[in-house]
Amino acid sequence: MSKAKHFTREYVREEVLPTAFCPGCYNGVVMNALALAFKELGVRGLRNYVFVSGIGCSSWIPSPYIKADSVHTLHGRAVAVATGIKLVRPDLNVVVIAGDGDLAAIGGNHLIHAARRNMDLIVIMVNNLVYGMTRGQQSPTTPHGKVTLTTPYGNFEMPFDIAGLLTHTNANYVARWCVSNFTQLKESIKEVLTKYSRGFRFIEVWAPCITYVVRYEGKTPGEKLKEMREVCVPVSKYEGLSGEEKVKYVAVGVFKKEDKPGFIELYREYVARAGGAHNE
Amino acid sequence: MRKLLLTGNEAVAEGALATGCNFYAGYPITPSSEIMHYMARELPKRGGVFIQSEDELAAINMVIGAALAGARAMTATSGPGFSLMQEGIGYAVMVEAPIVVVDVMRAGPATGQATKPAQGDVMQARWGRHGDQYVVVLAPSNPQEAHDLTIKAFAIAEELRVPVVVLTDEFVGHGREVVEVSEVAEASSRRVEVGPQEAPFYSPDPRKAPPLPPLGAGHYLLVTGSTHNEWGYRDVHRFETHFKLVKRLKDKVWLNKDKLFMYEVVGDEEPEVLFITYGSVARSAKTAVRKLREADVRAKLIRLKTLWPIDVPELRKLGGEPRAVVVPELNLGQLVYDIERAYNPFEVPVVHYGKVGGGIPIYPSELVSKALEVLKK
Ligand SMILES: Cc1ncc(C[n+]2csc(CCOP(=O)(O)OP(=O)(O)O)c2C)c(N)n1
Ligand SMILES: [Mg+2]
Repeated sequence: MSKAKHFTREYVREEVLPTAFCPGCYNGVVMNALALAFKELGVRGLRNYVFVSGIGCSSWIPSPYIKADSVHTLHGRAVAVATGIKLVRPDLNVVVIAGDGDLAAIGGNHLIHAARRNMDLIVIMVNNLVYGMTRGQQSPTTPHGKVTLTTPYGNFEMPFDIAGLLTHTNANYVARWCVSNFTQLKESIKEVLTKYSRGFRFIEVWAPCITYVVRYEGKTPGEKLKEMREVCVPVSKYEGLSGEEKVKYVAVGVFKKEDKPGFIELYREYVARAGGAHNE
Repeated sequence: MRKLLLTGNEAVAEGALATGCNFYAGYPITPSSEIMHYMARELPKRGGVFIQSEDELAAINMVIGAALAGARAMTATSGPGFSLMQEGIGYAVMVEAPIVVVDVMRAGPATGQATKPAQGDVMQARWGRHGDQYVVVLAPSNPQEAHDLTIKAFAIAEELRVPVVVLTDEFVGHGREVVEVSEVAEASSRRVEVGPQEAPFYSPDPRKAPPLPPLGAGHYLLVTGSTHNEWGYRDVHRFETHFKLVKRLKDKVWLNKDKLFMYEVVGDEEPEVLFITYGSVARSAKTAVRKLREADVRAKLIRLKTLWPIDVPELRKLGGEPRAVVVPELNLGQLVYDIERAYNPFEVPVVHYGKVGGGIPIYPSELVSKALEVLKK
C-alpha cells in the first residue's frame, strides 16, 4: 500500500521537519490552508514567491518551513522589508506572515501605512492573542479580562480590532477567519492570489496560542476548535448582537473586497508622467 | 564629466545616481533633506524607485528589502533618524545586505540644534548597534568628496556585502562648491550569476564576501537576522555557528583595513605638531598647517576619509615623530580615543580640541593657538 504524501509537504522544506511549534499549535492549520490553496490553484513550486516574516512563532511559518525565498526580518519590520522587495520586483508575489504583536504593536505604523498606500502585498496576521514566543504576554489583541504574564489580574485594556481598523483604510481586501473556518480561510488565500491580485490584501487568522491561551483555559486544541465554531460568527450575525454579547463573539468574513490599482500601478503612472519607465 | 555648482547633499545624490542607485527610501530631516529632494526628482525620471517612508525604521528596512531584491539602495538622514535606523543597520550586517546610509550630522543629542553642524555621530556610526558588528564609515570633507565617496561607498557595499555609512555634516551638506560629476561610475557588482550549489553565507576567503543571489532567482533563499549557518538555516543554540558567523562578518571588513583605510596627508614630513581630523573641520586644520609653516613651525595634517576601520599602525607611520598631536572635532571627543590608542604607548601627548553648537566652526586661528600652546612656543 503506498502511503500518500500529505499535500503540505510539497511546499515545505522537508529537511527542517518536524516544526518547532508546540503540539497542537494552530500555526500548522495556517500552513495547511496555504498549502491547500497553492495545490488547488495548481501552483508547482513557489519560485515566484517571496515570504517575509517578523519575529515571533508565527513568523517561523515561512522561515524556515515554507520552501520558497524567505526573509525573516527584525521584530515589526516585515511589511517595510516586503515593501522594498515588491517595489524592486513587482513580478514576484510578496507575502508577509507574522503575529499580532509583530504587525499590530511594534510594526503597527508600517501596517497602516502599507494599507493606506494600497501596497501590493498579501499580509497574513496570525492572531494568537498574545506574544507567544516570549511566553504569552499581553498583545494589542489580547481580549479584555484575560490573564497573561503582564496582566496577572486580568487585562484591563481593550483589544484592537485590526481587520476592522484596516477596513477603513485604502486597502483592497480585508478578511478575518478563525482557524475553525479552514475552508473559508483557504478560499480567501486563493482569492487574493487570483481575482484580487493587486493592492493591499490583509487576512487576519484568529488562532489562539495553544500554550499561553488554550492550555491556560484548561482546554485541549480540539475543544478550543469546537468553541471557535460557536463564537466565530459571520459579520452579518455579529452586527445584530448587543454590545455585551459582542465581547464573547468574533466577527469573521471578508470585510472588504475591491480591485483598485495598487501602489505599483500608481507608481508606474507617476513614473510615466516624470518621463521614465519603472523596471523596464 | 560635468562641472556643476552643488551643495554637498546634492553631490551625494549625484554620486549615488552615477553609480546606478535605483532605490531610495527616506524620511525628511534637516540637514539631510536635499538628498531626498534630489532623488525624488531624479529617480522617477530614470525609472528608479523613490518612496517617502512613514518613519526611519521603515526607510532602512525598505532599503534592505530592495537591496536583497537586487537594487542599489540608499537612504539619508541625520542624528535622530540615524538613531532610529541602528537596529536596521545591524540587521543589514547580519544578512549581509549591501546598503548605503548617509548621515548628515547635526548637533545632538535628541533634537539638539537641528540646523547646526556637529560631528557627534562618529561612535554611533561605528558602534550604534547591539552585538558584534562591523561596518565601513567614510567621511567626506567637501562637496566634491561627498560625490566621490558616495560612489566609493556603493562599491564597498557591493563588494563586501556590508552597510557603508557616509558621515558628512551640515557644513559639508549645505556648503556649495563646483563639483565634477561623473556620468557613470564604475561599481563592482555582487550580482554575478551564482549556482544554487554555492552557499550564500560563506566564503572560503575571509577577506571576501560570498556572492549573493537576489531574491526571486529560484534559489529558495533563506535570509534571517538570527544566527544562521552558511545556507541560511537558523541555529540559535550552538557556539560554533554563532562564533564562525560573527567572526567572518568582522573579518571581511577588518582584514581589508589596508584597502579601506583612506586618508590625505599634507605638511612637513617630520612635524612638531600633527593634526588628525576629518570632515569639514579638516579644512580649518589644513589652513592652520599652512599658517604654522609660514611661522616656521613644522606642522602636518592627516585627514581621515575613512573613520572605520582605522589602520592604527599605518596611521602611526604616516604621522612621523611629532612632539604633540592635536585632534580637533565638532564634538566633545570621539575620534580622539583612537588617536590616543595610537600615540600613548609612545608617550606623545594627544590633545583634543572640541567645540560644538550654534553653527560655529573651529577656526584655523584657534588651531594655530592650540598648536603653539601644546608646543609651549
Ligand atoms: C525590538 C524587539 N523587541 C522585542 C523583541 C522580543 N520579542 C520576540 S518575539 C516577540 C513577540 C512576538 O509576538 P507575536 O508577533 O504576536 O508573535 P507570536 O510569537 O505570538 O506568533 C517579542 C516581543 C524582539 N525580538 N525585538
Ligand atoms: Mg502573537
